[in-house]
Amino acid sequence: MRIDALDQENVRSPFQRVLRIVFRDKAGLVGVLLFGIVLFSAIFAPYIAPHHPLEQNLRISRQVPAWQEGGDWEHPLGTDNLGRDMLSRIIYGSRVSLTVGFFGVLISMSLGMILGLVAGYVGGRTDNIIMGIANLFLAIPYLLLVVVVAAVLGRSLINVIMIFGFTNAPLFVRITRGEVLRIRKSGYVESATSIGARPGRIIFQHILPNLIGPLLTVATFEMSGMIFYEAGLGFLGLSVPPGVPSWGNMLAAGRQYIQFSPWIAAFPGLAIVFTSLGMNLLGDWLRDVLDPKMRRSA
Amino acid sequence: MQRYLFSRLIQSALLMVGVLVITFFMVRLTGDPARVMTPRDASPERVEAMREAMGFNDPLIIQFTRYMGGAARGNFGQSLHYRAPAMSLVMQRVPATIELTLAAMGFALFFAIPLGVFGGSRPGSIWDTLARGFGLLGQTVPNFWLALMLIVVFAVDLGWFPSFGRSGPMSIVLPAVALGFFPLGQFVRLVRSATLEVRGEDYIRTAYSKGIEERAVLGRHVFRNVSITLVSIVGVQFGYMLGGSIYIESIFSWPGIGRMINEAVQARDFPLVQAIAVFSAGFVVVLNLLTDVAYALIDPRIRYED
Amino acid sequence: MHGETVLRVRDLSVQFDSIDGTVHAVNNVSFDLKRGETLGIVGESGSGKSVSMMSLVRLIAEPPGKITSGSAMFITSDGEVDLLSLSRRQLSRLRGDRIGFIFQDPMSSLNPLMSVGAQIAESVRKHTQLQRAAAKTRAIELLEHVGIPGAKQRYDNYPHQFSGGMRQRVMIAIAISCNPDILIADEPTTALDVTVQAQIADLTNRLCKELSISVIWISHDLGVVAGLADQLMVMYGGTVVEYGEVEQVYAHPRHPYTIGLLGALPKLSKTEERLVNIAGAPPSLFSPPTQCPFADRCPWVFERCESERPALYDVGGEGRAGVVRSDDATDGRGSSDGWVDSHLTACFYDLERNRRRDADEPVAVRPGALAHEEQG
Repeated sequence: MRIDALDQENVRSPFQRVLRIVFRDKAGLVGVLLFGIVLFSAIFAPYIAPHHPLEQNLRISRQVPAWQEGGDWEHPLGTDNLGRDMLSRIIYGSRVSLTVGFFGVLISMSLGMILGLVAGYVGGRTDNIIMGIANLFLAIPYLLLVVVVAAVLGRSLINVIMIFGFTNAPLFVRITRGEVLRIRKSGYVESATSIGARPGRIIFQHILPNLIGPLLTVATFEMSGMIFYEAGLGFLGLSVPPGVPSWGNMLAAGRQYIQFSPWIAAFPGLAIVFTSLGMNLLGDWLRDVLDPKMRRSA
Repeated sequence: MQRYLFSRLIQSALLMVGVLVITFFMVRLTGDPARVMTPRDASPERVEAMREAMGFNDPLIIQFTRYMGGAARGNFGQSLHYRAPAMSLVMQRVPATIELTLAAMGFALFFAIPLGVFGGSRPGSIWDTLARGFGLLGQTVPNFWLALMLIVVFAVDLGWFPSFGRSGPMSIVLPAVALGFFPLGQFVRLVRSATLEVRGEDYIRTAYSKGIEERAVLGRHVFRNVSITLVSIVGVQFGYMLGGSIYIESIFSWPGIGRMINEAVQARDFPLVQAIAVFSAGFVVVLNLLTDVAYALIDPRIRYED
Repeated sequence: MHGETVLRVRDLSVQFDSIDGTVHAVNNVSFDLKRGETLGIVGESGSGKSVSMMSLVRLIAEPPGKITSGSAMFITSDGEVDLLSLSRRQLSRLRGDRIGFIFQDPMSSLNPLMSVGAQIAESVRKHTQLQRAAAKTRAIELLEHVGIPGAKQRYDNYPHQFSGGMRQRVMIAIAISCNPDILIADEPTTALDVTVQAQIADLTNRLCKELSISVIWISHDLGVVAGLADQLMVMYGGTVVEYGEVEQVYAHPRHPYTIGLLGALPKLSKTEERLVNIAGAPPSLFSPPTQCPFADRCPWVFERCESERPALYDVGGEGRAGVVRSDDATDGRGSSDGWVDSHLTACFYDLERNRRRDADEPVAVRPGALAHEEQG
């Protein structure tokens, strides 16, 4: 009896264990929260933005943020060079970023998964050709590739999404193929084949479920990367058309006034940092949860 | 080892051929390269003149042979904007970019190695917190925004460094920091996790059992093994910086390749863009070869392989 | 010189913090190591045999590890010093100089990026005044000493160019490079081929006798230790369960765990080679030791074993038939602090049995406990 009581004190219960893991991973919770805020503002932009993002008022152009001398709470983050409300434009800007990130990842992941499955499953010459092309694209500095293709194709949201969708696919091809090869090596695919399971069944029942974890983790990081690169393209004037409120376009405009009105460039940049911080924390957490093998490096 | 390097050399040559193919088709993505290479408001006559001048009316196979043949002789055509051989224009800009990337790499490694090694060898310490913080910041702060903020604080407000140009040692500080910040984060993450792994190895315990003090164990035993992992990513980061220099060189008016890309793209000077793309890819390919050699220099297990 | 105590460990306890709670890895371990003698420490993995020895010189990770009690007096001609009270810097001066180490896995114990010679010379240079060239000469001499042919050429080789046995020879060269007082050998032959095991064991033994180095030889294999050790210490669940001269423990094991281990020892001379396994799993070390750690697996367990932790007590002076020793346990070999250097065991059954034998009263054994014995 006495020993049981002591056991209770010294051995942590499963519940305590879970609490401890959650506490240790509080960074993941912060990530979910940050990303949630961005997602919320993108979806409900018209309801939460105090002004229309395109509403110009040259009389109040380049008004300082509210907490500085000469600012007011009508425009909490001040206004840009055309007197447009910074906060509203940042809220609407999240729509461009998330759209590009989401669809870009969707395309590159689908494409990469199919090609990776084929390469890993069929093997042989098919594998060599697919991987050769994938590695070829990985050899050109990524940003250079994106900038040049964007310049050739011209400014539009669809173009930007397609560019990221295609140029990121090689990465997903590599990961999918690696996983397929790893899973094929492990015994159970072999045993499934030996009892006569068809390839389609093997792929859907054995390979795809194992792919979800690693792909989802990479997708999070890649989405964050695309939001980053979209803003970069916008900064060079190569992303969505100039009228669209996007964080990159805002930065490009802010650059002209960096000396006397630094907030015009500062806030959209902070929005990018905020979003990618959320997604990176989320990605680290997903990696911990979905892939215990990689836990040590987290 | 030699056989391995030789096969890598062949691979690299094939890769460069692939890059030439990509750059050839890159400008023909829309189907009408003459339209791409002329201003948006150009008259139909001007577009037609461009088509004629660039030989875009010839069959694709002729154009392709001409391009590959020129490339083999190092001829990437004339820059539309400068009206001079494209590749020699690129070469003029190379020193400035090399200077900037080396400075940025130096900055990144100088801070990342101690941060990563100390952070990884003392989990939970202030060093570890700093290492994790920089690892995360490096990935989340866009370099073009960082560059602007550095200008606001250190050039406009404090006036410590010039905000643009390439004149004297002070002028390289801000661009190097802005360009090196992302690699810094990557290095810190990698060095930290590699250190965490290496410090648990048996041979590290052996070193301690010999009475070697922590500082020497970290320097002589831990870091040397971590550097194998580090080498694998240094080359990759040089490649990244070549891309990142597009922003940084444009913002700081640094007369290198990055700024040239931006200018060429804005001026729709695509022969020049092609030349830059081929050069950059070649640069990355050479870096990868150097990485392989560096592996062999550090790791005797590779060096003595047949 | 022989017979003097060189290391006197008392009441050593080590704990580890883990996400599941505190692990009581080592509990109140005491022993004496005599100059020129070999102390064998035997136990299964997780018994605390390695942790207790490594914690003496702080080669455990701290945190999560923590030494919670104890002292370890290191006694040389220069005087006495408590290892556990030394700073890291002071300890690192002793490690490799006065105390050498050989580890289990020779494949991973040497730095793959440093030549073997440089790894020996590193230790030499750390603890002597020798300059680079002299340290190299000394390292080559050591390589020859541990029987590596062509030592001069082999100096510049890297670990991957050596076989497992050769690497372990290099480890021995490092360990004895400064003529230490103590050598801690942590299962040095476990990872080696059977043929090489004996060579390495003999080499270590011979060199240590030559240089009168006291050896702590950790092993999970009683067979290996039998031929090497003078004293034997059996550990189980982080505690010492039996301690004594090696012949005595072999001839008259007193603790049920030791009896089980000896039963598990394959004897090639006998026709019957069946291995006797000890039923059950090693104990969880999360709870503080309030009962006999072996109680769950012991065939002779009774109530007292589960309510109280047995302390070591002397069984050497019993004078029972077959006991080789005839001298009294307290005839001067014991230390001044009441430590009796004799045949000790920590088992209530043994204690009770001896006490009740006079009264001719059977010991109450828990019902069902004997079933283990029948199965085993």
